[in-house]
Amino acid sequence: MRLISLTNKIFILILIHQKYSGIPPNLSKKIRNLCALSKYILLNMSTIPYIFDAVRTPRGRGKKSGSLHEVKPVDLLKTVLNAVQERNQLDTKQVDDVVIGCVTPVGEQGGDVAKAALLYADWDVSVPGFQLNRFCASGLEAVNVAAMKVASGWEDLVVAGGVESMSRVPMGSDGGALMFDPAVNAKVGFVPQGISADLIATIEGFDRETVDRYAVSSQQRASHAQTNGYFDGSIIPVIDQSNITILDKDEHLRPGTTVETLGNLNPAFKMMGDMGFDAVALLKYPEIEMINHVHTGGNSSGIVDGASLVLIGTKEKGEALGLKPRAKILSVATSSSEPTIMLQGPAPATWKALKKAGMEPKDIDLWEMNEAFASAVLKFQRDLNVDDDILNVNGGAIALGHPLGATGTMLLGTILDELERRNLSTGLVTLCVGGGMGVTTIIERV
Amino acid sequence: MISYKKNTNNIVTLTMDMEGRKSNIINHEIGKAFLPVLDHLKKSKESNELIGVIITSAKQSFLTGGDLDYLSNVKDPKEIFKFVERQKQLFNAIESLGVPVVAAINGAALGSGFELTLAAHHRIALDHPKTVLGCPEVTLGILPGGGGTIRLMWMLGIEKALPILAEGKRYNPKKALEIGLIDELVADKETLMQQAEKWILDNPQVSKPWLEKGRIPGGTAKSPKLAPMIAMASAMMVKRTRNNYPAPQAILNTMVEGSLVDFETALRIESRYFTELITGKVSTNMTKAFWYDLNSIKQGESRPKGFGKFRPRKIGVIGAGMMGSGIAYVSAKVGIQVMLKDVSVTIAERGKAYSEKLLVKGVARKKITEIEKAAILDRITPTENAEDFKDCDLIIEAVFENRALKDQVTKEAQKFLDEDVIFASNTSTLPISGLAKSYDHQENFIGLHFFSPVDKMQLVEIIKGDNTSEETIARAFDYVKLIKKTPIVVNDSRGFYTSRVFKTYIIEGMALLNEGNLPNKIEQAGLNAGMPVGPLALIDEVSISLVVDILKQTKKDLGDKDPPNPGYDVAFRMIEEFNRPGKAKKAGFYDYSAKPKKIWPALRTHFPDKGSNSTMVEMQERLMIIQAIETVRCMEEGVISKVADANIGSIFGWGFAPFKGGTLQYINDYGMKEFIEKAAQLEQKYGARFKLPQSLHDMNHKNLTFI
Repeated sequence: MRLISLTNKIFILILIHQKYSGIPPNLSKKIRNLCALSKYILLNMSTIPYIFDAVRTPRGRGKKSGSLHEVKPVDLLKTVLNAVQERNQLDTKQVDDVVIGCVTPVGEQGGDVAKAALLYADWDVSVPGFQLNRFCASGLEAVNVAAMKVASGWEDLVVAGGVESMSRVPMGSDGGALMFDPAVNAKVGFVPQGISADLIATIEGFDRETVDRYAVSSQQRASHAQTNGYFDGSIIPVIDQSNITILDKDEHLRPGTTVETLGNLNPAFKMMGDMGFDAVALLKYPEIEMINHVHTGGNSSGIVDGASLVLIGTKEKGEALGLKPRAKILSVATSSSEPTIMLQGPAPATWKALKKAGMEPKDIDLWEMNEAFASAVLKFQRDLNVDDDILNVNGGAIALGHPLGATGTMLLGTILDELERRNLSTGLVTLCVGGGMGVTTIIERV
Repeated sequence: MISYKKNTNNIVTLTMDMEGRKSNIINHEIGKAFLPVLDHLKKSKESNELIGVIITSAKQSFLTGGDLDYLSNVKDPKEIFKFVERQKQLFNAIESLGVPVVAAINGAALGSGFELTLAAHHRIALDHPKTVLGCPEVTLGILPGGGGTIRLMWMLGIEKALPILAEGKRYNPKKALEIGLIDELVADKETLMQQAEKWILDNPQVSKPWLEKGRIPGGTAKSPKLAPMIAMASAMMVKRTRNNYPAPQAILNTMVEGSLVDFETALRIESRYFTELITGKVSTNMTKAFWYDLNSIKQGESRPKGFGKFRPRKIGVIGAGMMGSGIAYVSAKVGIQVMLKDVSVTIAERGKAYSEKLLVKGVARKKITEIEKAAILDRITPTENAEDFKDCDLIIEAVFENRALKDQVTKEAQKFLDEDVIFASNTSTLPISGLAKSYDHQENFIGLHFFSPVDKMQLVEIIKGDNTSEETIARAFDYVKLIKKTPIVVNDSRGFYTSRVFKTYIIEGMALLNEGNLPNKIEQAGLNAGMPVGPLALIDEVSISLVVDILKQTKKDLGDKDPPNPGYDVAFRMIEEFNRPGKAKKAGFYDYSAKPKKIWPALRTHFPDKGSNSTMVEMQERLMIIQAIETVRCMEEGVISKVADANIGSIFGWGFAPFKGGTLQYINDYGMKEFIEKAAQLEQKYGARFKLPQSLHDMNHKNLTFI
């Protein structure tokens, strides 16, 4: 134990030393190798990941009657893979790796859906791909992993993205110990996210009208953005074998929504709360007398189908391939917090990312916090003191839907488009994540 | 031990009859006895001289459980694991003899006894009131470890098997048949054996779905229908148990995990959870309380010896209110004639109507028949004349807690009573020796403290007055047992045992409030600690004004001996300053104007945060430790003398956390040394009420625990 920590200390000292001078010649071979490695890491840490492109499918209602229900997850991915290839005249051989977020990676989304889709979309056989799962932030996690790959200097051009056909592969159908193993869920204090959202609302004092008002604003903003074509630059229509369009715009929106119409909806999580999940939550939050169940289908994220991609690489690689950098990734962060209240992860992740980037909240021009539930956004807004006018300016998942694994990448594309449209500089994307986690990415236009 | 009889059909009947025991249990001995028998059966089977086996018992019961004496003394998990795995092998061997095995259940089959029947291929039970069936292991903090958890899951599916084992109910034969615990029901012992033989002859080929490629009914834990239910199951348990009871959770885990693997592996999973539970604290506590303590009470540990059994034929009940009516009901139910007296026949009849209401419910739930209902009601005679008491063996006075009134009704009744009639007063607060003065034969005067509602609450506190005779105590004890309640015997003293200790819980709750702790957190602390109701809600139920009266009386009686308690001030302020007397007036610590009740919003304003930094754990411990200390005081002062009475009295009387095994077992559970240290800390921080009696220090020096 002591030996390891000593080696660590030496290594850190050398790291610091290396920044200012060369490798001292009088060290053993082992240590010199270590120094060489550290020097390599140090030199390459400065590699900045750039974003060249971001595309997504439209979001189809995630049920049988939804337009994309007939479309397989690999076809959703193929749609965006083809688009990235075509839009950038990309020689796919140049891509080092493809990272795809997917939250329910079973059945037709199982077995490394990334590689399946790459082959299916006729990308070069030399392009590898893998699927990752960070629950609701999988798409953004894919971006962050791609960014880290590029920043590390090990890879130069990486595609990040996500896919989720919630209508075909239902949420939760992959099982999982957190939810379905009683030995685990009892110990952890697992509750469904809706209970967590209601718990946040209760603690923060967000009443039904507050969360419904937020939902109405999401609908209005999304509808305004859609009508004015703000999303059009990144949406890739989903077409069939004969090039007939299946869906070319987001279809989950309900533009006429008012606080009154939302008021008629029943609380969605009251019954399961009464059956026992409230008791689980209150065991951890004994200061609460009872949970105020304010969330409904109307102020929670919609269930939808969709896929998205972002192309990330080094400046040099972009220049070599004639790609135009649109933004650089300043920092990324992941965090975790108390799992029962679960949805408060974005704030710590965001503070972590801001700190890494040497920024403060006021340095951010536009914010995207995934609208998993209204209370999760309002709580984040309160924690970071974000102005209404710069948060989720084009609506969010309440209006547009939340295709789990694909959402993070979609939000990144949306914020990038909007930064360009408004000619602003910095944007921050964050999502709350199952198990109490949070993921954040900060970008800056170039 | 096991008698072996083969008939001309080559059917072997194994009759279990353990020596020196009232009933058969599963222990090392019987396990050893089974081995050669099974060996012999296997050989007989191989030489085609066996076509079936019937297992039955020579006792009144079939087999009533496992070897708790052994299990509660072994501390080494490895040994427990080995023991339970061996027990499984025995059952497995019976199951896989290759010939049909029938359990001819001639009487109660509980716990391991019922598990044994699950290894058989067919279960036939005798339809008799004494035939109780089921696996009540969970009530002792354990799970069926003889393969019963896994077998029942395979037989009924997770959804049906889970509640049966997690609630640990005992079933009568009809219900057992209905829910699939047994296959057949017969009226008499002869038919039992005939049917067993017939089934063997009719079913020469037997199998168990888990030994072949069978399927669990309803599917495994992964099945799309079951998975959502399983995701919810822990939460539903938390709602009931607040994570205080590991056994139901372990049963759920065993079934879920066991459903996903083969039978043999599943059995091993069951053994591992079993071992964890047996060596855990909760099973120690619950076995202590619900097995050893309860049995010692049932066996009459506190009943004075040398007096013949008392069986009252007819009793008189004075006062047809809530308590009197309940006493009449429970007495009539066991066959006692009851004269139920109040100031007018009309009022007395209302008391009888209470019984009728309960009996109608019983009929609706098929617990009793219409005929039984009529017979019970027939035994209750409403009256307004004390003269009707003249041939009663026992009188129970249950009028309001008012000395003058009690004095009056006692004297009125006395005129018509023989001198050896026992006169009992149902009181929770008034000293018995004082009340006894109204009665000429004070040696026959005793206190019987019933709990409300009488038909549901199991406990009766028997209170000895200064002049109460030993024989009277014995008789009162017999009566309480006759009405199927649990008696504890205490000495006359302020609040007796139960009210006195219970009071400390609610006052400590108010002390926490006075320190500025969040009201809801105090309530949750009580509930988390395992109490049935939070302290503040409980005071509201009792009524704050009544609590204030008691506190004033205590202050008057004890003066400076009663250490200052910040809880008192809260009660006084609630009445004097805020005029909130409790639930009856819809205003107490809670506001009752709408359902569900809510904590009175102004409570926090009146008892603001004073920077108290009590943690949840400390709040929970204070609420429990204060009760444990008061119980030790009661022991030291001789208010109560038996550990069993103290433990069971606390659980049955006011719902003291069952998983802790009672107020004294709480100290064993905490650890004597650790408890003393903690109490010293609390005394320093919160005052003299946490000062320990000397007797506890003495016990610690002698390395004693409460057994």
